[in-house]
Amino acid sequence: MAEIRAAFFIECEDLLEELQDGLQAMDDGLADTETINTVFRAVHSIKGGAGAFGLDALVGFAHRFETALDEVRAGRMEATGEVVSVFVSGSDILADLVQGSREGVAVPDSRIAPVTAALDTLIAPPADGSDATDDTTQIDFQPMALSLDLDLDTTAPAATPPHGWDIGFRPETSLFEAGNEPLYLFRALSELGPLTVSCDDAGVPPLDALVPEEACLGWRASLTTPESAAAIEDIFEFVDGLCQLDIRPSERHSPGATDHPDTPAPPQPTPAVSPPQLPASAPPGSARSASPDLAGERPAEPAPVTPVSTVRVDLERIDRLVNLVGELVINQAMLSQSIDAAGVAPNSPVRAGLEEFLQLTRDIQDSVMMIRAQPVKSLFQRMGRILREAAADIGKEVRLHTEGENTEVDKTVIERLADPLTHMIRNAIDHGLEDPQTRAALGKPHVGHVFLRASHRSGRIVIEIGDDGAGIDRERIRDKAIDRGLIAADSTLADSEIDNLLFLPGFSTADQISRLSGRGVGMDVVRSAIQALGGRISISSRPGAGTTFSISLPLTLAVLDGMVVKVASETIVVPLGAIHETLALAEDDLRRLGPTTHVVNVRDQFVPLLDLGAELGFRAPLGAYAGQVLLLIGQEDGSSAAVVVDAIEDQRQVVIKGLADNYGRVPGIAAATILGDGQIALILDPADLISQARGHTRAPAAAPAASSLHPAAGLQP
Amino acid sequence: MDGAVMTLQVLAVDDSRTMRDLLRITLTGAGMDAHLAEDGVAGLDVLDRIAPPDAIITDLNMPRMDGLGFIAQVRARKALRAVPILVLSTESAAQLKARARDAGATGWIVKPFQPDSLVTALRRVAG
Amino acid sequence: MTETPPQTTAKPDAPGVELLSFLIGDQYFCLDIMSVREIRGGTRATPLPHAPAYMRGVINLRGVVLPVMDLARRLDLDTAADTGRKVIIVVARGERSLGLLVDAVSDILTVPEAALQAPPELPADAGRSFISSLAIVDGRMIRVLDLGAVLPPTGEVAA
Repeated sequence: MAEIRAAFFIECEDLLEELQDGLQAMDDGLADTETINTVFRAVHSIKGGAGAFGLDALVGFAHRFETALDEVRAGRMEATGEVVSVFVSGSDILADLVQGSREGVAVPDSRIAPVTAALDTLIAPPADGSDATDDTTQIDFQPMALSLDLDLDTTAPAATPPHGWDIGFRPETSLFEAGNEPLYLFRALSELGPLTVSCDDAGVPPLDALVPEEACLGWRASLTTPESAAAIEDIFEFVDGLCQLDIRPSERHSPGATDHPDTPAPPQPTPAVSPPQLPASAPPGSARSASPDLAGERPAEPAPVTPVSTVRVDLERIDRLVNLVGELVINQAMLSQSIDAAGVAPNSPVRAGLEEFLQLTRDIQDSVMMIRAQPVKSLFQRMGRILREAAADIGKEVRLHTEGENTEVDKTVIERLADPLTHMIRNAIDHGLEDPQTRAALGKPHVGHVFLRASHRSGRIVIEIGDDGAGIDRERIRDKAIDRGLIAADSTLADSEIDNLLFLPGFSTADQISRLSGRGVGMDVVRSAIQALGGRISISSRPGAGTTFSISLPLTLAVLDGMVVKVASETIVVPLGAIHETLALAEDDLRRLGPTTHVVNVRDQFVPLLDLGAELGFRAPLGAYAGQVLLLIGQEDGSSAAVVVDAIEDQRQVVIKGLADNYGRVPGIAAATILGDGQIALILDPADLISQARGHTRAPAAAPAASSLHPAAGLQP
Repeated sequence: MDGAVMTLQVLAVDDSRTMRDLLRITLTGAGMDAHLAEDGVAGLDVLDRIAPPDAIITDLNMPRMDGLGFIAQVRARKALRAVPILVLSTESAAQLKARARDAGATGWIVKPFQPDSLVTALRRVAG
Repeated sequence: MTETPPQTTAKPDAPGVELLSFLIGDQYFCLDIMSVREIRGGTRATPLPHAPAYMRGVINLRGVVLPVMDLARRLDLDTAADTGRKVIIVVARGERSLGLLVDAVSDILTVPEAALQAPPELPADAGRSFISSLAIVDGRMIRVLDLGAVLPPTGEVAA
């Protein structure tokens, strides 16, 4: 049962998505009848399932929602913008209730009540006399929870002594047309108690006048049962109105008419009635209890016909497959290495075979990664909701435009993009878009626009978030950066450099920190989150026309393009995406800053120098850095750092292995990987390294340049 | 393999996966064979593939082909004219009765249903 | 179709606790065998930045990144010189796996539950106790390690 319940919530996600899609179409004025039907059905199905699991709050709300939607579906109400916006709020609440039900958390009434009230207004406009039928529809639906203990033997224990009933039953033709079968009704009667039935064939015409489709038989039955008349009537529920039925307590027990076993072959589909006891051919399990354990796992279920064939697979299984393929990649790297070591001739068949193996491995890897991919649609829909709430909160009118919703991205990437995107959407509404008055004064439409686009571009995923607001106020950003000592007062910065200042830690753009964007979370946090996914983020902005953030992400999380470097005889992998450039450090470009810090002049910009070996605690700072290899790390913004390494070894794809599961987070380290020689190498988290290192960059201790080289002192015990 | 005992064949048509799961479990739990379809079109497809079932259960509100259309199509097939059809809906019994009757259904079940009431209803129309 | 009846895996009556004993320096310790996954030879570990001194680093255990703890350091004991002949006992606790670097693995013992006694509390060993119980086996004192106390806390382990 728990499994079906879980499946129900998964289905709810799909239904909510359909619902939101449909409402979006309605909002865009693109809705046809089928859209409205789909929307209605989605809510209806959620209600149906919720009823089965006794989720009363969900059922109640879904029912109201459905009733309101039905007004539109039935053509009694027009889907104006206002009406649709009530429906959109309705879908938000419905999503909350689904989530609440799933997690067993109640959704506060204060959230639901306003929407319920709005829906009720649609159902029964306050001014007009409300329709009585509306009330009945609401009361009529009685949710009842079902417990799936398939114990079908539920005949209530009889308290009353059995007594006799005489039942007269004469079907009309319509009874048969509707697919009813008197035999089964008598069989059901016989389950209530001893039953005798006799057939009245007086109405059967001569054979030549017989119309096979017409009913011409009647029956009289005597039943002895402790059950009430209502229980007997229940059995005839479906044929009520399709037959002459007469149920009355019998005065005495005697079958009225004689049995006619030799009746000439009765017209189809009226069969002869068998004696009261259940025939031997009764299907198994009738009125018997079936083991609930068996119920769920009947193996021989025919495959349901589905238009698109998909398989739902446990994510764990996929991850296992991803891991195994990762192993394969590593193994293959090891094999290459041993073949090299064995000195195999370059043109030997072994090499050719290996090459093929390599290609196959990559293909398998790509295919496996595709399994984890999901369209960004669900993410965009969530953002739609964030946008609505944020806009309502702040009193701006905003519309969301989405593009490329079917672009597929790794599931984990989608999950981890939610927070940064939420923040950026709120930013766009709060800081990006002008208030309606300003927009009006500028001759812009008073409704602001926010764009969300996803696309594939040269092996990466690009997600753009844009607004048509005021654009970045570079003057103000620059002043603020000078105020905070982030840049020199006389520095000349290109527009893009100023824009990138936004990514500096703690750089908040709004003069007043608003309720919406809150405080503390700045674009630096967004950037860290994106970088943690192996991504990059950049800004472009035009005054008066708006701002667009562009996020570029790797297709998958499981592999990473990295630069393999050596530092303090350890091998470290630096994500290629974070490396801006590599250079050799010239003495001239190195400047002492504080007593223990250095900066590097990179094209007239001073960048803090970080000694990776020292930062990771592998050794004491080198002290002398001239001629060392530098990795310029960071994005196109001002907060980059020059990281000293001992040597660059290689550039290659590595398979990412988590560290956190068995150990925990390590500062400055994102994950681990296994190299061709089977050794583990750590993968650097550049953003984390820089933020951890900031402020306590240690360079030469007391004596300058005295100890040029510490042996790998930090090599752990 | 069942010898003389025939297992009741039931086709259940509902667009909600949850409902289909519940129907499947209820039917198989009662010793019946459940054939499932997610809308009227799929339901007709199933009917093309299998021998006429002993009963059909169908939801009313479904995409592509709704329950009413489905019932009409079923009744239009000679071999299926007498197959009992139960309609599933969240409407009240009174509303449902009228709709089911009009559509040519045999009986009706108000959703959410109790497993035993579904089975009882099936037994009344299909033995 | 018949369902397979639920298998009642009758467990043979265990006469006591099975313990894996091992050496650190000249002291015998042991671990409940149920928490031991495997034993492998010591290999070079990749050091972890900012890790406590008792963390050797991580090794590749068939594709899994396995942290290795130097048990001697963790327990503050003298240990044999690092001859490269050390042994890693891979243990699991819940979802986490960890390698414990020890000098040598000695034996598997079956100790009656009753023979295990709580260690006496000695104020000199203030702080954490890593020993959950003691037993005498063949005249030797066996210290049963409290794995939960030995494992580094989850989350950020860094100093």
